[in-house]
Amino acid sequence: MKRIYLDYSATTPVSPTVLEAMMPYFSEHFGNANSMHAYGSEGAYAVDTARRKIADLLKVKPTEIYFTSGGTEADNWALKGGAQAYLPKKRIITSSIEHAAIISSCAQLEQQGFDVTYLKCDKGGIVHPEYLEDAITDDTSIVSVMFANNEIGSVQPIKELCEIAHRHGAIFHTDAVQAMGSIPVDIADLGVDMLSFSGHKFYGPKGIGVLYVRSGIKPDKLIAGGHQERTRRGGTTNVPAVVGISVALEEAIRDLDKNRRHIKEIRDYFVEQVEKNIPYVIYNGDRNNRLPQNANFAFEFIEGESLLLTLDLAGIACSSGSACSSGSLEPSHVLLATGLPVEKAHGSIRFSFGKDTTKEDVDYVLDNLIKAVKKLRAMSPLYAQFTGGKTNV
Amino acid sequence: MYNDRVIKEFSNPQNVGELKDANAVGTVGNATCGDIMKIFMKINENDVIEDVSFQTFGCAAAIATSSVATTMIKGKTVDEALKLTNKQVIDELGGLPAQKLHCSVLAEEAIKEAINNYLTEYKNKK
Repeated sequence: MKRIYLDYSATTPVSPTVLEAMMPYFSEHFGNANSMHAYGSEGAYAVDTARRKIADLLKVKPTEIYFTSGGTEADNWALKGGAQAYLPKKRIITSSIEHAAIISSCAQLEQQGFDVTYLKCDKGGIVHPEYLEDAITDDTSIVSVMFANNEIGSVQPIKELCEIAHRHGAIFHTDAVQAMGSIPVDIADLGVDMLSFSGHKFYGPKGIGVLYVRSGIKPDKLIAGGHQERTRRGGTTNVPAVVGISVALEEAIRDLDKNRRHIKEIRDYFVEQVEKNIPYVIYNGDRNNRLPQNANFAFEFIEGESLLLTLDLAGIACSSGSACSSGSLEPSHVLLATGLPVEKAHGSIRFSFGKDTTKEDVDYVLDNLIKAVKKLRAMSPLYAQFTGGKTNV
Repeated sequence: MYNDRVIKEFSNPQNVGELKDANAVGTVGNATCGDIMKIFMKINENDVIEDVSFQTFGCAAAIATSSVATTMIKGKTVDEALKLTNKQVIDELGGLPAQKLHCSVLAEEAIKEAINNYLTEYKNKK
């Protein structure tokens, strides 16, 4: 059966050249990067080189790059470490559409006595600077707003948000997990103090992420341990993954314009065809300020998981905004924050495109999507009711 | 996450649609919770369910249980249908993931709702 992957925002395959660069560091140069001997030096050299490469690509200092186990750890560290470091200030501001890594960290901080404000967004999923301006106070220690949303792809006005935070004496963190490698991320221009990203979103390995921390900013430690990462983050360095993320970032930034153009073209075609061929569809998110790889639709009168599974049976992989798939009964907090009614949030699906997605792939998906929506609507009591079917209840 | 039987039932459900000459109809669930099941039955003078169909808005488990439950009560008497439990439906499907067990309750409730409507409304009018 044909298989088409349209879930690149969940994860991407490791690029062959990235894998090749990683390979020597599993068995050949396996040394612990913190060991004194030659084996250790080989690892340490690889880690230093990778760190410098990433710093150069992002135009920051190598000492501002910290390797973590992924985006989630980087987010946890920035938030919790930042909150603890800037006590006695006890106010944290974030948005209502953050990834669970931030939302759950905030919930923990609330239990520890911090006050957390969750900024609203508009119906396209944009957190406007005035929302922050209205909420911020001088006892705010940290503001964290994601660069781009993982579900609906909305890209936030980070530079403006960051300026407001700084004007009120707060530090600014952004979760750039979805943005890095997809759209330009200019740390110096944005002015952010901390920024998280993850390797596996741009054809790098899983289990590796980076927290950029501006010189002079000192979040408290999250992982206590040995002397790794200049004693700021304990745990034996994952050398192959560190090498992998540096090569993946190099490739992603090198090919950014080309990939972005291709992916956006494919996505725009898909969106146009869906809106043309399927009635009662809502395109979730902002049409303009949006990641090129993201399309998210609410298909009215049907439930997301059954659509996801119908497509899966046709070999198509996408992601459901409906929480039914994750085992919870709550629909996506992001879609609800945009004001989408609960029943429509249940019927939402995310398609995310990659650099190797072709128009042919998209046509196959469209064909199956149109059929699947028709099939599920034909068995939906909500659709029957809407179209004037007998509703003798 | 689902077993093959559930997938088969979901991708090729039986008894889908509206039954034009139904004399027992029941709807349970709501869109906010993410699942609604509407069941249609044609019950004859001997209280036998001659025909049955459903419309379901919901996840794969909700659709699969709707399909199986309607198949299980077809040709049965009203009393027999009332005895159908969600456990029997789950067993028939060879099990459901833990977080999906609640979906099977929907079918049992919809059947009871339809029969109750039939007993209170339709039969009284006769």
